[in-house]
Amino acid sequence: MYTQALNTAETDDRGLEDAAKAAQFQARIDAEERIESNDWMPAAYRKTLTRQISQHAHSEVVGMLPEGNWITRAPTLRRKAALLAKVQDECGHGLYLYAAAETLGASREELVDAMLAGKAKYSSIFNYPTLTWADIGTIGWLVDGAAIMNQIPLCRCSYGPYARAMIRVCKEESFHQRQGYEIMLTLCRGSDEQKAMAQDALNRWWWPVLMMFGPPDAASQHSDTSTKWKIKRFSNDELRQKFVDATVPQAQYLGLTIPDPGMTQDADGHWRYSEIDWAEFKQVLAGNGPCNRDRIAARRKAHAEGAWVREAAAAYAAKRAQRQTAQAAE
Amino acid sequence: MPVANIQVSETPLVLYTLRRADDALILGHRLSEWCGHAPMLEEDMALSNIALDLIGQARELYSYAAKVEGKDNDEDKLAYLRDVRQYRNLLLVEQPNGDFAQTLVRQFFYSAFADLYWRAMMTSRDATLAAIAAKSEKESAYHLRHASEWLIRLGDGTDESHARAQAAIDHLWAFTGEMFDVDEGERALINAGIAIDPGLLRGRWLQTISDVVSEATLVLPQNNWMQQGGRTGRHSEHLGHLLSELQSMQRTFPGLTW
Repeated sequence: MYTQALNTAETDDRGLEDAAKAAQFQARIDAEERIESNDWMPAAYRKTLTRQISQHAHSEVVGMLPEGNWITRAPTLRRKAALLAKVQDECGHGLYLYAAAETLGASREELVDAMLAGKAKYSSIFNYPTLTWADIGTIGWLVDGAAIMNQIPLCRCSYGPYARAMIRVCKEESFHQRQGYEIMLTLCRGSDEQKAMAQDALNRWWWPVLMMFGPPDAASQHSDTSTKWKIKRFSNDELRQKFVDATVPQAQYLGLTIPDPGMTQDADGHWRYSEIDWAEFKQVLAGNGPCNRDRIAARRKAHAEGAWVREAAAAYAAKRAQRQTAQAAE
Repeated sequence: MPVANIQVSETPLVLYTLRRADDALILGHRLSEWCGHAPMLEEDMALSNIALDLIGQARELYSYAAKVEGKDNDEDKLAYLRDVRQYRNLLLVEQPNGDFAQTLVRQFFYSAFADLYWRAMMTSRDATLAAIAAKSEKESAYHLRHASEWLIRLGDGTDESHARAQAAIDHLWAFTGEMFDVDEGERALINAGIAIDPGLLRGRWLQTISDVVSEATLVLPQNNWMQQGGRTGRHSEHLGHLLSELQSMQRTFPGLTW
């Protein structure tokens, strides 16, 4: 669903790279060429991308949990099928992104192990609970909406496999976003109870969604390198502002109130939001969000309980290969 | 406000269609419980895919049942506003997911039947059922392939997977007989060419089951005592819990549009 600006700077080992190769590499980036997996790349570029793509993949997979929480309780059969298909799409994004990360030389197993061990991050937004059906609408509308804002520029990311993955992912996310908005529209045209449910969900999700874009530019550690390598094309604050400007009229159309009484529109038409509570963001990143422990526990449980299945598949494949070799030798 | 259960006029064709719809919905719901928790991402995808096919089949069948009934019911009322005793699905499909082996064996027994059943139903004189069958048959063929391949992997994999697969077969076998039962109303539909006689499929079903189970180095149980009751609403204790979750929104907020 989403990758967050969480990477820390990795520039120390660049001095060890061949300076001529590095210059050539940067020239290719500047010329808007795509870097492919077999091309030479600075170790720090590889490391940054591996981390970003794998964080993105983990986010897709952990992101299945809050929405999956409502598959068995969706209010109609149409909603149930649509939600299941959506969560399945996210799983597909996860697989697709792990494959993109593998083109950089990391294995899916080691990446997943790092996430299960709590060493790799996933988007902070999935550490909030889905309490009502309106949360499913809100996630589609806002969380997927924010993800699209972030991912559209990634379609032009300098690393080819990631950029291509993003093109497909964005198409599906855009469908999810419309689906989420349609859930909200239905609620807002419904009973007073349904409208209240929609407003309550917006109240709970609004600020965490703004945090999805990462720390403010002034505090961001690594944007410079990522920008130079054309992995990142807009700053966190630029993307956040774009998102807010796009979302406010959508909320107005729904008849919902953005839970920010201090919000004003400036002369250029931009909606200026109030100060974000970065202390909350830091707490969630530090593992103290409402659902951090539950999310990791759920992924660990699935992984541990599935171990015997994966072992069986591997054992069977080995037996089969052995039989085929034996047959060929006869 | 319509909080209470709906009443359904169960004419033979309505009941027949409802039974198949309930099979598809309950099994689809069970599979959807795996979403996000499967042993590997590929299986999250596959189980969700099969669940989506089954929920799709259920929707078509419910809509048709409602149309045949000709009252005020629709797919959602039929799914969300009937209680345990009004549900008509096979006991097999309501059995809990258990471990991955239990889920796969349940799917294997059902899909091996559904594959034959829907193919045969393509010749139904009821044009709607024949059309649903044509779509469902393609889906069931894939479901059967998926379950068969997994059963072979599990049976012929490790000692642990072999033991788990055998335990699942032993546990679920008693729920397979119900798939071939026919009551008086269904007999009339069979005679009219609307339904097919599932008894005629039993030999081929057993052949498929035996072939795969044997390739998986597993065995079928000797005990042929079969449980019954799902078709007349005498279910296991598991179904009530499934329905309380499935129906919670419609029961809590009756009569609203979602």
